[in-house]
Amino acid sequence: MSAGNMHIKLKVWRQSNTNKGGFEDYSLDGVSPDMSFLEMFDVLNEQLIEAGTEPVAFDHDCREGICGACSMYINGRPHGPLRGVTTCQLHMRSFNDGDTIVVEPWRAEAFPVIKDLVVDRDAFDRVIAAGGFISVNTGNAQDANSLPIPKEAADDAFSAAACIGCGACVAACKNASAMLFVSAKISQLALLPQGQAERSIRAEKMVAQMDAEGFGACTNTGACSAECPKEISMVNIARMNREYIGAKISSTAV
Amino acid sequence: MATSSSLDAKIPQGPIETKWSKYKSSVPLVNPANKRNLEIIVVGTGLAGASAAATLAELGYKVKAFCFQDSPRRAHSIAAQGGINAAKNYQNDGDSIYRLFYDTIKGGDYRAREGNVHRLAEVSGNIIDQCVAAGVPFAREYGGLLSNRSFGGTQVQRTFYAAGQTGQQLLLGAYSGLQRQVGMGTVQMYNRHEMLDVVNIDGKCRGIIARNLITGELERHGGHAVLLCTGGYGNVFYLSTNAMGSNVTAAWKAHKKGAFFGNPCFTQIHPTCIPVSGEHQSKLTLMSESLRNDGRIWVPKAKNDTRPGNEIPENERDYYLERRYPAFGNLVPRDIASRAAKERCDAGYGVGTSKLAVFLDFAAAVDRYGHGEANKNNIANPSKEDIITWGKAVVKEKYGNLFDMYKQITGEDPYEVPMRIYPAVHYTMGGLWVDYNLMTTVPGLYALGEANFSDHGANRLGASALMQGLADGYFVIPYTIGSYLAKEIGTGKIPTDHEAFVQTEKEVKDRIDKLVSIQGKTSPELFHRRLGQIMWDKCGMARNAQGLKEAIVEIRALREEFWRDVKVMGTTTEFNPELDKAGRVADFIELGELMCIDALTREESCGGHFREEHQTEEGEALRDDENFMFVSAWEHKSIENWELHKEELIYDNIKIAQRSYK
Ligand SMILES: Cc1cc2nc3c(=O)[nH]c(=O)nc-3n(C[C@H](O)[C@H](O)[C@H](O)COP(=O)(O)OP(=O)(O)OC[C@H]3O[C@@H](n4cnc5c(N)ncnc54)[C@H](O)[C@@H]3O)c2cc1C
Ligand code: FES
Repeated sequence: MSAGNMHIKLKVWRQSNTNKGGFEDYSLDGVSPDMSFLEMFDVLNEQLIEAGTEPVAFDHDCREGICGACSMYINGRPHGPLRGVTTCQLHMRSFNDGDTIVVEPWRAEAFPVIKDLVVDRDAFDRVIAAGGFISVNTGNAQDANSLPIPKEAADDAFSAAACIGCGACVAACKNASAMLFVSAKISQLALLPQGQAERSIRAEKMVAQMDAEGFGACTNTGACSAECPKEISMVNIARMNREYIGAKISSTAV
Repeated sequence: MATSSSLDAKIPQGPIETKWSKYKSSVPLVNPANKRNLEIIVVGTGLAGASAAATLAELGYKVKAFCFQDSPRRAHSIAAQGGINAAKNYQNDGDSIYRLFYDTIKGGDYRAREGNVHRLAEVSGNIIDQCVAAGVPFAREYGGLLSNRSFGGTQVQRTFYAAGQTGQQLLLGAYSGLQRQVGMGTVQMYNRHEMLDVVNIDGKCRGIIARNLITGELERHGGHAVLLCTGGYGNVFYLSTNAMGSNVTAAWKAHKKGAFFGNPCFTQIHPTCIPVSGEHQSKLTLMSESLRNDGRIWVPKAKNDTRPGNEIPENERDYYLERRYPAFGNLVPRDIASRAAKERCDAGYGVGTSKLAVFLDFAAAVDRYGHGEANKNNIANPSKEDIITWGKAVVKEKYGNLFDMYKQITGEDPYEVPMRIYPAVHYTMGGLWVDYNLMTTVPGLYALGEANFSDHGANRLGASALMQGLADGYFVIPYTIGSYLAKEIGTGKIPTDHEAFVQTEKEVKDRIDKLVSIQGKTSPELFHRRLGQIMWDKCGMARNAQGLKEAIVEIRALREEFWRDVKVMGTTTEFNPELDKAGRVADFIELGELMCIDALTREESCGGHFREEHQTEEGEALRDDENFMFVSAWEHKSIENWELHKEELIYDNIKIAQRSYK
């Protein structure tokens, strides 16, 4: 059982229907290094409730680094200082006693703030709805082993499919580009034989929707991949560009 | 509490092997023109809900789907790690539909329904086909074919997986199918919406009241059928492996509107979770059962041995599962593995600072895999270091994300020292009672996935929840719903200005207003914690009559205190997670009471339900088939008042026996 003895100062973005947003300062004692970052926020919120102040709203659900809900911009980095780690899997042992930590929501035009640290990421769902699938109705499938897929292709597709859709890539990018997210899905399906039939139209439609949502352009800085909690590779962006150019050359649609 | 006559599960007649195929070829159909005029509400878009919503839309029904997260892709199913079962027999190791059926019934300690379980085994293979076709990147062998591993309670390799992220890959597959329909306009998706009640008109379910979680607005949605795919209620224990938002509210509201609750006390405690580290702990993290393929579980032979695991010599270790259950070893079912861990810790052999942990050790697997790699690459005299390096690489490929997660949470490197693990609440076999059609006791109201009382009896085998969720959504409901909707083609659009909608909306609003008006001193979170403590202490891994009776009294008092002293900050007309939480905790408190009543009434031990008064001399669960071979289905009458209905379980195809894994 870890006794909490860290002292932490927080600067947290607060915003609501009636308040256009700004930082509030808080101070927390008794923080344990074994606490997760979100558990530290739980303690803060209990403290705020006791004092009769509204707790800080933030998105979270699995707290296992897989659902992609948590989304805090910590000291200028999405999900904080560690590589390959979501906010919920970040622990207070990564900070020092007495630290001041600045916490903001994702900042991007396509992700409007709903309240405090909670943003609206519906744009991602719409990009997937535009083409991020294989059109196969239930019942249409053949026996799964009738289509061998080289292990390497399956593994690469899996690596791209590991994206949790949190939006850190957008938050990390100075242009708020969604290329890493979109390219991960396009890559996954382009790498698999099942995805071939719709390969071109998929790339075209998803890119068109991405642009319509107001995400910025990609200037190959690489911040997205560096900050991605699942370390999705930049190779996907290169692959997507190839897919997209190929699709445009032969395009009949969009 | 009163008890009454038995319930009819509407299981088709005939031999077990042909029940489902005969049912499918005789179920009434709805023609495409009529389907367009029938609306179906799907609450929940995890594996069960997403697969159902997409498939029903493909068939031509008009579908509205709801989830409380900001995207359907974040449903709790996303967190499933280890795998999904299917009786494909790709490994040629003797698997078959019958064997999956048999393992599931036996694993559930003979408290599941034969007809449903056989159907589940029959469609299991189709699920894998469907998922692969939709682009789910399952693990493969070098020859390009699908790879399998073993899970507990079986002696074959029938589990399909995608590293330790199987749920993620399956859900993203189902989600992409759902989004395809959303894009085509055949499914209308309502994210950040919470269903707060069902609306019944003339004895049939006709819609729901949902709250827009961003604006706080209440909305009425009408439908010819309502499907609850809202997941399990393990969070009644506060600490569990479930996602923070998982809750019982949708099922509980349905229960209070007439749907019977089946086997509420059947809870699964998973043996391999990261132990509690401090009092601020908000949730527990699972270490997938797949790890028991390669990890060996042990405690020191001496009490209070404080040496680090890797410094305790081989002959001073007690591999207690291998010792007690030689036939299944580390792969005994979960309930058995959990109780065995508790037994060792209670006896004083636990490890770590809390002494509430056992070791899960990969050293032997690293060594075995290391030698395997050496052989594969024709290296004759490999050094010990090389063996370890290669072995670790193989382990990393199989379980890398789990090892990383363990390290992140505990600060210890499981490649170097054995993991410390302890049982934690994980899954609920109980849920809304449904018949063979997956319909609850309210006509038109269905329950799918973990939300129903399901096919797992008193204990679920690993990798079978994902299978059941997708079976329900992809392959069962699309057929069974036809038998009800075929009679609804003349109903016309459901009018949401009907008195029943007005009245139900008012009840929902009154309750919300009440929650924010109390302005007491205690946060919903603290009430939740206190409830969890009662449930874990008295309705957890081991239960007895006295404890359960005390728990019932304590929970009633907690409910009373909640409605007097809860403090909910913020208003009802804005994004307000505290308010959402308060409503869920209030429902958990009522559920907790029913779970204890159910556990008290079931005077036997079976699967995950272990009554200390009923055990064999060796400490195994002692069933009472003569008196308890039934599903408990509870009808809500009024506050603190339920009536018990029984569904007798009939085993025509499996000989019931004491479960043995020795
Ligand atoms: C950590 C972990 C690992 C697991 N690993 C495995 C595994 O390897 N293999 C296996 O077979 N099983 C596993 N399980 C179990 C399995 O994941 C679940 O049983 C299964 O995913 C449940 O799916 P579901 O579709 O029924 O519900 P969920 O995925 O829980 O979805 C519930 C849905 O309902 C919605 N919802 C709930 N209430 C409301 C409401 N009131 N209004 C609106 N929407 C609502 C939610 O938003 C969500 O969309 C695991 C479970 C855990 C906790
Ligand atoms: S809460 Fe799910 S990824 Fe962080």
